[in-house]
Amino acid sequence: MSQQKRAESHPIVRAEDLSKQVSSPDGPLDILQGVNFDLLQSETLAVVGASGSGKSTLLGLLAGLDLPSRGRVELNGQNLSSLDEDGRARLRRELLGFVFQSFHLLPSLTALENVMVPLELVGHSDARTLAEHWLQRVGLQPRRLHRPNQLSGGEQQRVAIARAFATSPQLLLADEPTGNLDQQTGRKVIDLLFELNREHRTTLILVTHDAELADQCSRRLELAEGRLLQTSGC
Amino acid sequence: MLAFTLRSLWRELASGELRVLLLGLIIGVGAFTSVALFNDRVHQAMTHQAGELLAADLLVQSSSPLPEAWKQSALGMGLQLAETTSFRSMTLAGERLQMAEVKAVSRDYPLRGRLLVAETSGHSEQRRQTPPESGSVWLERQLLDRLGLKPGDELQLGESGFRISGLILEEPDRGGSLFSIAPRLMMNPVDLPATGLLTVGSRAEYRLLLAGEADALEAFRGWIKPWLQAGQRLLGPRDSRRELTSALERAERFLGLASLVSLLLAAVAIAVAANRYARRHLDNTALLRCLGASRQLITRIFTGQLLLLGLAGSLIGLLFGYLVQHLLAALLAGMFIQQLPPPTLQPLLLGLLIGLVTLTGFALPPLLALRNTPPLRVLRREMPIPRLSRLAIYGPALAVLTGLLAWQAADWQLTLLVSLGLLAVMSLLTLVAWLMTRMLQRVSPSGGQPWRLGLANIARHPEVSVLQLVAVGLGMMVVLLLILIRTDLLDAWRATLPFEAPNHFLINVQADQLAPLEKFFRQQKQPAPVIYPMVRGRLHSLNGTPVDAESYSQPRAKQLIQREFNLSWMERMPTANRLVSGYWWSRTDERGWSVEKGIAQALGIQLGDRLVFEIAGQTVSAPVTSLRKVAWDSFEVNFFVIAPPGQLDVTQASYITAFFLPPGEEPFRSRLIEHFPNITDIDVGALMQRVRSIIDRVILSVQFVSLFTLLAGLVVLLAAVQSSLDERIHETAILRTLGALKGQIRVAIVTEFMVLGAIAGLLAALGASLIAALLADQLFGLSYQGNLWIWPVSLLSGMLLMGASGVLGVRSVLQKPPLQQIL
Repeated sequence: MSQQKRAESHPIVRAEDLSKQVSSPDGPLDILQGVNFDLLQSETLAVVGASGSGKSTLLGLLAGLDLPSRGRVELNGQNLSSLDEDGRARLRRELLGFVFQSFHLLPSLTALENVMVPLELVGHSDARTLAEHWLQRVGLQPRRLHRPNQLSGGEQQRVAIARAFATSPQLLLADEPTGNLDQQTGRKVIDLLFELNREHRTTLILVTHDAELADQCSRRLELAEGRLLQTSGC
Repeated sequence: MLAFTLRSLWRELASGELRVLLLGLIIGVGAFTSVALFNDRVHQAMTHQAGELLAADLLVQSSSPLPEAWKQSALGMGLQLAETTSFRSMTLAGERLQMAEVKAVSRDYPLRGRLLVAETSGHSEQRRQTPPESGSVWLERQLLDRLGLKPGDELQLGESGFRISGLILEEPDRGGSLFSIAPRLMMNPVDLPATGLLTVGSRAEYRLLLAGEADALEAFRGWIKPWLQAGQRLLGPRDSRRELTSALERAERFLGLASLVSLLLAAVAIAVAANRYARRHLDNTALLRCLGASRQLITRIFTGQLLLLGLAGSLIGLLFGYLVQHLLAALLAGMFIQQLPPPTLQPLLLGLLIGLVTLTGFALPPLLALRNTPPLRVLRREMPIPRLSRLAIYGPALAVLTGLLAWQAADWQLTLLVSLGLLAVMSLLTLVAWLMTRMLQRVSPSGGQPWRLGLANIARHPEVSVLQLVAVGLGMMVVLLLILIRTDLLDAWRATLPFEAPNHFLINVQADQLAPLEKFFRQQKQPAPVIYPMVRGRLHSLNGTPVDAESYSQPRAKQLIQREFNLSWMERMPTANRLVSGYWWSRTDERGWSVEKGIAQALGIQLGDRLVFEIAGQTVSAPVTSLRKVAWDSFEVNFFVIAPPGQLDVTQASYITAFFLPPGEEPFRSRLIEHFPNITDIDVGALMQRVRSIIDRVILSVQFVSLFTLLAGLVVLLAAVQSSLDERIHETAILRTLGALKGQIRVAIVTEFMVLGAIAGLLAALGASLIAALLADQLFGLSYQGNLWIWPVSLLSGMLLMGASGVLGVRSVLQKPPLQQIL
């Protein structure tokens, strides 16, 4: 996308001087410092960096799961810091989908019920049918009544993807989605993720340290020790 | 290995992981121990007091003089001794003759209770433990009045003359059969030979009274048994008056029940905590296997840890329980006349066992089942966990617990009733919980409203929902049962002996005195008493076979068959009686016998048997048409055998009645005896006072200990809810990430927990009512009406308790940013 076009469009995500400081036994610790970037509708962004570089913290701040010590995050023009906890939750369920490295499915629920939960939270009138549709889409319809502990890692991650897309979010956040999977399974999961992303014109932010995966994204943001090292495509 | 066990235990303690487990142990063991210790002391005090009715802790009764060797042996065992010799004889004063119950008492009589005498020399009442001086006697006022004498006068007994030196006001062991009492004359044994009344073959009762430490008494009991011959028997506090033993029996059961309930609560508290401990250590087991721990090592580590924990927690619990019961005893000290004896060791030992058995029984088997966990599970959590069936895991622990229950209660009927009741309620809870989750799964109440989410959650966590319902329902039921015992059952017991219960019996009333007696009561402004006819008869044959003492092997049966029964007839069954089987006659021209259940059992009499009684040379034959249970501690006029009106010969009857004489109305009694000199008046006021004091003590004790047990029960319930919240916390964090609002989560959790709480509450009320009714009917012989308020109270408290714990449980999760809990 050209610089001019970018300037005209309204960003779906905007991070300004984003910083996070936590207290540690050795005093305050900066885990993220002065991160700035914008992201437009249907763009894909890879956040890369070594372990402990602040990737997951950045993702958490972008999702409003935590608040920055300094700076701000805007989702769809809405400053997250100006919202209370419930306001941020409301924005999340309307705007966001999530895929985690360790899946984070609800262990006591079946695959189908796990996909139904976000739909129920927004009060969808036919959560079951929609959830079944999404499970079919990720190829897990036959296993819809299985619980997470009866599913393999790859299957669990596919359930998580179905859950993330079920509410048709504008923005999808994925934290090392293949981190817990073997290469082949990881590949399949990524293909699925990008395919759905294209179909639904979802904006995707992907935290990874898999270079090949990062290359599939239209843009890349590299972090080292909490600082933005370089950006490409931005 | 031990070092590793200790080190890992210490690390877990430091991390706070074991707090819930230790708290459960301490409170469980503490609650049980304090209640059991306190009840043990109250029980000992009551038994001790019952001994006052024997004037001893133990006595040997004989129809012939007692061998000197027995006395020497008792002295050798460190026991205190006293002797009495009793017989009936005529006393003579001038022209007047009067039958008296003569009793010669040795030094130190009575060993227990008090003998109160108003001596003519000193005027004031005196507590005596020495016999009258040689040549003088003490009399009861009734004998004095009948002989027309006054203190200081002389009377003739056999061949000797005696001076009346005192009036007997209170005699501890003035008991025996109510209907064979002539007034008492007490004398010094040195004067006995001179009277010439006791010769070989004369009917007298010789008693050797003993008192001392429980161990010494037990040793004597064991030693003497082989020496006892026909006509000799050992009597303990339990063999004294029927009214008192009946009350003591109920008292024991109430106290036993209170201890049993606290034992159950303790077991539930520890089991819940142990279950949580096991669940939280599943991963550790896999990890240890992964790090190279052998199965044997894992067994040793967990067994060691649990034993150490169990020992430490139980010991603190014991200490805590001991202090609390001490405090209870101190609080109640003013209300008990005598000091409570020190507790025995059994409750402490039992408390320790309960702590260890429940903890290891509920925590160890599931952990040991994991010894076979493939180490790979650390990497691949989806690998199945080897599971044992629930029965295999908890069966042994439940069996041992039932054994402990039975040991504590020392009453198989009580244990059986409570265990069966519990089992029924547990099954019902499980069934209802299962049905509910199935139903909710079918209905599938999904949709945006948070309350629907809550309902759906019940169906989506079937295992957790069922477990929670059973644990909370059981805990609530035990607490409710205690409340019902505390209020309803004890009230029903107290109601059996109201303030106006009859405290005097009049016997030997003749047919022509009925109208004058009634008139006399009216004139004296006393309510007219209910008068029952009475004839004396001997059981002649049972189903056509003649019976005598030889027909029975049991001493009680032999004794019963040898004496005459008091038979009566009446149209309606007296209030203190309850029909056990058969029917009460509806027409007065029917023939039949209604027999008291205890005596029927002793003599092998069954419903439908044909009994023939011999009454004044004539026989009366009829079938047994009903068996009755009699509340002997009601102090009403009661009969072993009752016939319908018209069956027995009216001309052979004398009459008996019981009436209430208010305090301060003593002159009425003197006037009565003056008017009807042949009627014998028996004052059971003192005995009744003893029964009342037993009831009052039990009520007081149960009320105090139940307050404490209730607190423990609340902690159990909170622990049960809390332990199921562990996994909710993780889920709540995920839901927050998915955009769930705080309010939504709260409403969902409150709905889920309140629905579970409501059902648990209702089922708990049902279970508690059923068990209370069963206990009242089968065990205590009380009529129990049920209690309506328990239903709404139980429902609401179940909802509130669980709803509140649910909200409190997830409160911290809702306050922290989701990122801290999820990423």
